Amino acid sequence: MPSDVEKWKSEVYGNEIREHLFRFAEEGWDSIPEDETDAWLERFKWWGLYHQRNGQESYFMMRIGTPNGVLEPGQTEVVAELAREYATGPASNPEFGEAYVDWTTRQSIQLHWLKLEDIPEIFAKMEAVGLSSQQACGDSWRNIVGNPMAGKAPEFVDALPVIQELNERFKGNEDHSNLPRKWKVSVTGSANGSGQGDINDMAFEPAYKEIAGEEVRGFNVRVGGGLSRNEPRLARSLDVFARPERVADVAGGISALFREYGDREDRYNARIKFLVDEWGTEKFRRILQEEFVDFELEPAGTDLREQYTYNAGGDKAGDLVGVHEQRDGNYFVGLNVLVGRMGASDTAELAQLADEYGSGEIRISQRQNVIITDVPEERLDDLLDEELLNQYSPDPHPFMRGSVACTGTEFCSLSIVETKNRQVRYARWLKENVELPESVEDFHIHLSGCTASCAQPQIADISLRGMKTRKNGEAVEALDIGLGGGLGENPQFAKWVGQRVPADEVPGAIKNLINTFADNRTDGESFREFIARHEEDELSEFIEPEETSYDDPMMHNTKLTWYPYAEEDSMDASPAPTDADGNPLEESTPADD
Amino acid sequence: MSVALRILDDGAWLSVNDQRRVSVSELWRVNAPGFCECELVDFLAEGFTEVTAADNEVAIETYGQCIRCGVSGVPGHLPVGAIIQGRYRDYDRENVVLSPVGRADQP
Repeated sequence: MPSDVEKWKSEVYGNEIREHLFRFAEEGWDSIPEDETDAWLERFKWWGLYHQRNGQESYFMMRIGTPNGVLEPGQTEVVAELAREYATGPASNPEFGEAYVDWTTRQSIQLHWLKLEDIPEIFAKMEAVGLSSQQACGDSWRNIVGNPMAGKAPEFVDALPVIQELNERFKGNEDHSNLPRKWKVSVTGSANGSGQGDINDMAFEPAYKEIAGEEVRGFNVRVGGGLSRNEPRLARSLDVFARPERVADVAGGISALFREYGDREDRYNARIKFLVDEWGTEKFRRILQEEFVDFELEPAGTDLREQYTYNAGGDKAGDLVGVHEQRDGNYFVGLNVLVGRMGASDTAELAQLADEYGSGEIRISQRQNVIITDVPEERLDDLLDEELLNQYSPDPHPFMRGSVACTGTEFCSLSIVETKNRQVRYARWLKENVELPESVEDFHIHLSGCTASCAQPQIADISLRGMKTRKNGEAVEALDIGLGGGLGENPQFAKWVGQRVPADEVPGAIKNLINTFADNRTDGESFREFIARHEEDELSEFIEPEETSYDDPMMHNTKLTWYPYAEEDSMDASPAPTDADGNPLEESTPADD
Repeated sequence: MSVALRILDDGAWLSVNDQRRVSVSELWRVNAPGFCECELVDFLAEGFTEVTAADNEVAIETYGQCIRCGVSGVPGHLPVGAIIQGRYRDYDRENVVLSPVGRADQP
C-alpha cells in the first residue's frame, strides 16, 4: 500500500505546490489546516523549504540549488542579503552570530529561521537574479553536482554545458517531478574524480571510446551510489557510454525507470541503490534499453579512474582550496570555510571581493568551501591581502581544511548530536594540540549527526557519527569513529572501529591515533594506506579516548532543547510557533493536554 | 474519532494528528531479553520505521542501539503512548520501562 507521503504527492505535487505555498504565506502559518500540516510540510520540501525540528515550529530551512555550485555574478550578494534580512531567529549561535549562510556538501546553500510569510518576497528576490529553491529538497532531481570548476579548470570533457542542459530539462519537468525518492546526480568532466560520482544515485564520469575510427569523449554511467542509513553503496557501472549530446536522454531514461520501478510503498527501500541491489546492473541496463530509451545504448568506454586524485588518499589536497590557474590564464582562489558556515556580512564581503577582483562569480565545492573565479594574475596579490582571507584562508591548516560537518541538532530532526559548533571546536583544538606527520597536507574529518550521512563521513580519513553513551552514569553525546574512507580509483568506506566515544574524549582519541600513525607509518605512507594495512581490532586499539584540555559545552542531550545554545534551552522555553514578526502564537492544544 | 499516526522525515519522528510527538535520539529503558545481554536495554532510538496501534496502545518499530553494550537492531514495536477516548497521551518514556509488543527481532 502506498505510504501517506505517496498519497499526498499523488494529490498535489511539483510546480503546483507553489500557489498553495504562496496562499499560506499570505494568510499566515496558522492558516495551514491542522489536519493537513504533515501533508503541506512534506510538499513544501519540493520548493526547497524544510520545516525545522521539534521546538522550532513555524521556522523553515530553505535550500537554494545552484547547479554545479555556480553562483553567477550578482547572486552571492542576494544570498547575503536574504541571510541578513530573513534568516534570523529568536536566538543566536555563539560561533556564527545571528545570520549566516551554509555552503553544503552538495554545492547548495542553506538558510535557516525563515518565516513562511516571507517566502513570496524571498522567492521574488531570488528569481530576479536567477536563483531558485525549486526541487532543492523532496522526491525529485536535486541539485546536480560536479567538479565546481567545470568550464574553467582543465577538463577531459566539458561538463558544465551538460549540467546546464540537465538542469533545464529536469527542473520543473512534470514527467520527472514526482519520483519515489530523492534523486542525486553527479556529472564530472575533469580527470581527477572531483565530482564524487561514486556516492550519487546516478553519475556521469569522463570516458572515451573509439567509434568509427575516431576517439569520442563522453561519459560512462554509474547508478546506485549513496551513503545514507547504514547502507552505503558505491555507484555501480551500467556499462553505458553517453556522448555529451546523449547524456540528457540517457539520464531521462534512467530517471523514468526509477519513477516507474522504484519502491513507493516503503520509503526506506526507495532509493535506487536498493533497486540496483535487487536487479543487478545487467537487468537494470536491459530494462533501460527495452523500455526507456529509443536508441541503442553504447557499451562503456575507457574511464579515467586511474587518474583520480581527489580524496584519493595521497598527500596532496585535491580540494581546490588555494590559488590555481584556469584554462584561460586567469586564476581561481579557493577559500576554506570551516564547516561551511559563513556570516551574512562575510558573505556580502565575499560577493564584493568577487566583483572587485574577479568576474563576480562564486563557486561552491563539495567540501563546503567557496571559490572566487576569474582573477587576473596581476590582481592576485591584492586579493590575497584582503582581510576576509584571514578568516577564510586559501592556505588553511589541514585540520581546518579537512573539517566538514552537517547541520546537526541545531535544526535537524534526524540528528542525534550537535555538530557544526562542535567540529569548529574540534578543529581549533586539534590545530593547537596535534601535529600531523610531515607531508600530510590533506586530512579529512567529517562529522555527521546521524546515519543520514549528510557530512559524508564514510569517505573521510576520520569519520565521526552521532551517538549517545553514559559517562559517570549520565547520558551524554558521543560519536562513533570510522577510519580510512576515501574516493579515488579504488574508493572505500570507513571502517567503524570506535563506538560511543564521549564527545569530549574524541579530540584525545584523534590525537592518540595520529601519534600512533606518526610513530608507525612506513616511509611516505599515507594515513589511508596505514589504516588499510591494519585489522579492525588493531585499529580499535589505536583509538584511545581520553579527556584533554578540550572542553565541550554541548554534552547534554541537545535534541531535547528547543535550541542548543539558547540561554533558556528547555522545550518549554521555546517561543515557537511564532507569527510573521516572530511573536509567539498560541499553539493549538495537543490532544492530551 | 480516528487518530492519524505517521512516521515522517526519514523516520525522524512520530506524528499524531499532525503534531510531532516522539523524536529520535530519545533514550529508553527497554525490557527485551532477546535483544542483548544487558538486564535492561539502554536503548537509543535512532530511526523509526513503522507505527502501529493495537488495544489503544501506540507502538513504534524502532531501530537503535543499546548504548551499554553496543548491540544494534530492532527490539520490536516499542509502546510510546496510548489513545484514550480518542486522544493521544504520551507515556512517561524517560521514567518507565518499555516492553516490546509483538515480534522481537534478533539483532
